[in-house]
Amino acid sequence: MSVDQATVRRIAHLARIAVSEEEVPHLQQELNAILSFIEELSAVDVEGVEPMTSVVPMKMVWRKDAVTDHAGADVVVANAPDSEDGFFTVPKVVE
Amino acid sequence: MNAPANASKLIKGATGDWEIVVGMEIHAQVSSHSKLFSGASTEFGGEPNSHVSLVDAAMPGMLPVINEECVKQAVRTGIGLKAQINHRSTFDRKNYFYPDLPQGYQISQYKSPIVGEGEVIVDVTASEQIVVGIERLHLEQDAGKSLHDQSPTESFVDLNRSGVALMEIVSKPDIRSAEEARAYVTKLRTILRYLGTCDGNMEQGSLRADVNVSVRRPGEPLGTRCEIKNVNSIRFIGQAVDVEARRQIGILEDGGKIDQETRLFDPARGETRSMRSKEEAHDYRYFPDPDLLPLEFDETFVEELARHLPELPDAKKARFMRDYGIASYDAGVLVMERASADFYEAVAKGRDAKAAANWVINELFGRLNKEGLDIASSPVGADQLGAIVDLISEGVISGKIAKDLFEIVWTEGGDPRALVETRGMKQVTDTGAIEAAVDAIIAANPDKVAQAQAKPTMLGWFVGQVMKETGGKANPQSVNELLKRKLGI
Repeated sequence: MSVDQATVRRIAHLARIAVSEEEVPHLQQELNAILSFIEELSAVDVEGVEPMTSVVPMKMVWRKDAVTDHAGADVVVANAPDSEDGFFTVPKVVE
Repeated sequence: MNAPANASKLIKGATGDWEIVVGMEIHAQVSSHSKLFSGASTEFGGEPNSHVSLVDAAMPGMLPVINEECVKQAVRTGIGLKAQINHRSTFDRKNYFYPDLPQGYQISQYKSPIVGEGEVIVDVTASEQIVVGIERLHLEQDAGKSLHDQSPTESFVDLNRSGVALMEIVSKPDIRSAEEARAYVTKLRTILRYLGTCDGNMEQGSLRADVNVSVRRPGEPLGTRCEIKNVNSIRFIGQAVDVEARRQIGILEDGGKIDQETRLFDPARGETRSMRSKEEAHDYRYFPDPDLLPLEFDETFVEELARHLPELPDAKKARFMRDYGIASYDAGVLVMERASADFYEAVAKGRDAKAAANWVINELFGRLNKEGLDIASSPVGADQLGAIVDLISEGVISGKIAKDLFEIVWTEGGDPRALVETRGMKQVTDTGAIEAAVDAIIAANPDKVAQAQAKPTMLGWFVGQVMKETGGKANPQSVNELLKRKLGI
């Protein structure tokens, strides 16, 4: 499996990463190197093996339904580049 | 899905008949105190960002921990939808960027949902019932809310809703008309409210529908569908189905083809329009969420929840028909809301159950609808309405006086039995008094007497006069009998 340059641009866009045209061939090479490395794994026969979900045999922890946490609006927006009246404010996005 | 088309549901186009096919994704907010993966409150409203934990704000290093009650609510709903409950399900990340989604992904269940296939029985009209298949139900996080009207250059983001648990309930494409679509959502809402797993409040966004609409020639394979996003009232769901189907038929009849796309319904203009921004966003790159282990429970857990479920609308309706002898349609109306059903049972207990149904549905519900009230705020209580029904069956008041009495109890309140005494509304069953009135009328109208003897249908005129004379309180049966005897007809 390998990716072409169009795919590289598309992945970058979906991940909202700015990639310049000059970087595309280099990234394509790097991604394909990683993919071919991972491809070696497909040589292993995993017929009938359950996908691993954790490295330790444990069950998911459940919490009780109780209100135990609220940071406070001032704390929540503390690191925001921009905020107003407790809201985050962002450049206008509208349908 | 490919059952023969029902001719009455087809839409007449310029070039022949078309069949509408609808499937729905309902997003139902889970009733819980705290969010799906954090301990922040789910309470509606509140100051912006006041019900937000650092998990919901997606601060680095925060980890999700699942809320046990949300799992239980999803399982309860699954049981209510007669669906398969999956003892093991998993969470995936659905990746997209939007300012009100701080994680950059929604935690959802893609590959293996908590609930599988089920069904909902839907009464479309008094005489038509359909079964809508359920494809799946899965748990996922809600996003925050963006306000676009606060500033000309900025959008304001409030994360209070971010992370609240939703159940996405996906139907099969088993719906064939706007009417069926409305009836399906109405029934689903009733079931959720009975279960207590979602409050069904559409104004507050606790229940939202994405409606998938396509059209086809009867008997042909499914057409290309369009998804109408976020329709937030049952009435709009019906309208959206109709206008979207007509739009598609218009395009197809002009020789065009339908593009699969996401659209918005604009109720003010009565049209749907394309959401261009969603076109390329459909690559969500789902993958298993590494922060969450599989969600697992055993059959004992499910059985325990099933044991404590309330009686559901279908079962209650069947019981009302069986135990109270009322018609299917009436029973359906009574069980629509649990509070209405409880009210009816309180009125019907130990009384004439059919009369009770008539009074609850025709007089009380009629009046509540007119005033825009719900049963919880009814000025007439079940004990008061029960007393009115008692007074009629005991022959203390006539049905006509009972309506006046109902009016008094509605506006002024009070004990119906006492009101009947103090206001002198008691039916006159004393034959002596009625006889006196009858005699007086006969004596005063010799010409009418002659007419009545020739034409017995004139009796009604005499009944009316006697009722007038007695202020409507004479027992109509006694009046009839006396008049017939005295007039010799």
